[in-house]
Amino acid sequence: MKKILERIYLGIILLFMYAPIVTLIVLSFNLSKSRARWGGFTLNWYIRLFSDRAVASALMNTLSIAVLATIFSTIIGTITCIAMIGLSPRLRSVITGVTNIPMINADIVTGISLMLLFRFLHIGSGFMTILLAHITFDIPFVMLSVMPRIKNMNFYVYEAALDLGATPFYAFRKTILPDLMPGVISGALMAFTMSLDDFIITYFTKGSGFETLSTLIYNEVKRGIQPEIYALSAIIFVVVLTLLLINSGASDNIIKEKK
Amino acid sequence: MPKTLISLEHISKSFGSQLVLDDLSLSIYENSFVTLLGPSGCGKTTTLRIIGGFETPDNGRVIFDGEDITRLAPNKRQLNTVFQKYALFTNMNIAENIAFGLKIKNKPESYIKDKISYALKLVNLEGYETRMPDSLSGGQQQRIAIARAIVNEPKVLLLDEPLGALDLKLRQDMQYELKRLKEELGITFIYVTHDQEEALTMSDHIVVMNQGYIQQEGTPEQIYNEPENAFVADFIGDSNIIRSTMIRDELVEILGTRFACVDKGFGENKPVDVVIRPEDVELLPPGEGSMDGVVTGLTFKGVHYEMDVEAGGFEWLVHSTRLSEVGKKVSIKVDPFNLQIMNVPESEDEEAISETV
Repeated sequence: MKKILERIYLGIILLFMYAPIVTLIVLSFNLSKSRARWGGFTLNWYIRLFSDRAVASALMNTLSIAVLATIFSTIIGTITCIAMIGLSPRLRSVITGVTNIPMINADIVTGISLMLLFRFLHIGSGFMTILLAHITFDIPFVMLSVMPRIKNMNFYVYEAALDLGATPFYAFRKTILPDLMPGVISGALMAFTMSLDDFIITYFTKGSGFETLSTLIYNEVKRGIQPEIYALSAIIFVVVLTLLLINSGASDNIIKEKK
Repeated sequence: MPKTLISLEHISKSFGSQLVLDDLSLSIYENSFVTLLGPSGCGKTTTLRIIGGFETPDNGRVIFDGEDITRLAPNKRQLNTVFQKYALFTNMNIAENIAFGLKIKNKPESYIKDKISYALKLVNLEGYETRMPDSLSGGQQQRIAIARAIVNEPKVLLLDEPLGALDLKLRQDMQYELKRLKEELGITFIYVTHDQEEALTMSDHIVVMNQGYIQQEGTPEQIYNEPENAFVADFIGDSNIIRSTMIRDELVEILGTRFACVDKGFGENKPVDVVIRPEDVELLPPGEGSMDGVVTGLTFKGVHYEMDVEAGGFEWLVHSTRLSEVGKKVSIKVDPFNLQIMNVPESEDEEAISETV
């Protein structure tokens, strides 16, 4: 009896969480434009979506920003973590606290303050400003997943490599880097996901005439929502979900390896 | 006279405001088993790390085979280290671990293969080539760490408390194994430990350290039987250390009773410290020894009994295979050659040392 109640409870929670998304995905295959009536199955909206130039260019923008932001933030975040090895635990926690602020801070505040900063520095808005903003808010996520590996690292291994004749760089590549790698990969996936689905910060830093998928959807919605947008949102959801699954699958594997 | 391989000359090292080594000088001879022994924080590991090149001394020089290597990087030194926590490369198998140093030196494949099987045979782990380090027990991992170090044919092997994480039985087995390895390889071992029994069992030469100073150097017998100060006496096994007065040569007054001894040259009526090992105290029926007392405590220790005897206002620690019940009246006897007389610390440094005892 208790078990059945548990199942029902879990079911209700999942229903609340996923009902909106399921509705969206179902409607993206609905032949009828109406949101209340099922008019039969179609892939029309997806086809229309992919032939839409505005969408294609927004997709390109989103992907190139996400990829570049991931690369830069992963490198900067990882290097920062490595540099923090030598610091005292006190200073380390201060720096971790400071770098976590953009993560805790309301997106809208981060967005507006970045916009003001870019204006103040006369950095032209568009691709560059969005990229810089994304790198900024991605770095804490990279550090968040790399730092625990630094904390658990056995540095005698690095010294052992030096002791056996390795140059400092070779020793780093053979000992510290492989240890960090799972954290780095998971941080990069996290950064990519965050960058892909960000709207608020992008909206404030993009300026006019430059659209990413999320800002494009927002503009479309203002004009009256079209079923293509359901299709687009469904795709974004599936991509982000897949990334998250890969990420948690990867960290599960690491846990298994440890055992 | 054996050849000096490593000499440390006036080494000082501080971490922040903490002075870890103060003007330390030490010579290590070729083909010897030298143990740096002392409590944690005495500077023994720092000394080892300076020899290995992982720390640079603030002052002083490290001479290796006639060459100044004070500032030479660890990867350029002709010595290898076995670390406290094994420090195996967990992403490589055993063969790759052992081959690490040889591959860097660009040795041919066949040579590396021979070396791996030779080293595994030496540490009794034949056939372990393809295992991963995580699948090995602590003792096995430590032996792989040793194998990984010795294939590089170092002139000196540095060992930083390598048996610290192992259980007692395994530790004792490994002590004999290390001694055998040392004989077989014919190289110098510099061993760091806080375990006095380990040091006494394995070493040719023991360096007792405390608070950044060398307290005493010598063979295990010298260190145990003739400790130079109260710290060494107390650290190397249990002992009764009693502040006494040297009446004249070969006569010392301990707790108001005069004992014959064999030491000379301390002067007349000078304060001294007397060290008496608990196994050197004999318990006789009352009146038959030098000082009467009463047994106040008794513990069974396996190979012997440990008894506390109250005599002359001092609680004597006595080890004996013969049991004396609590409350029994006894008399204490110590043979003259079992009284070890030491100077009372005079300088400030020595004072600092004795305060921690």
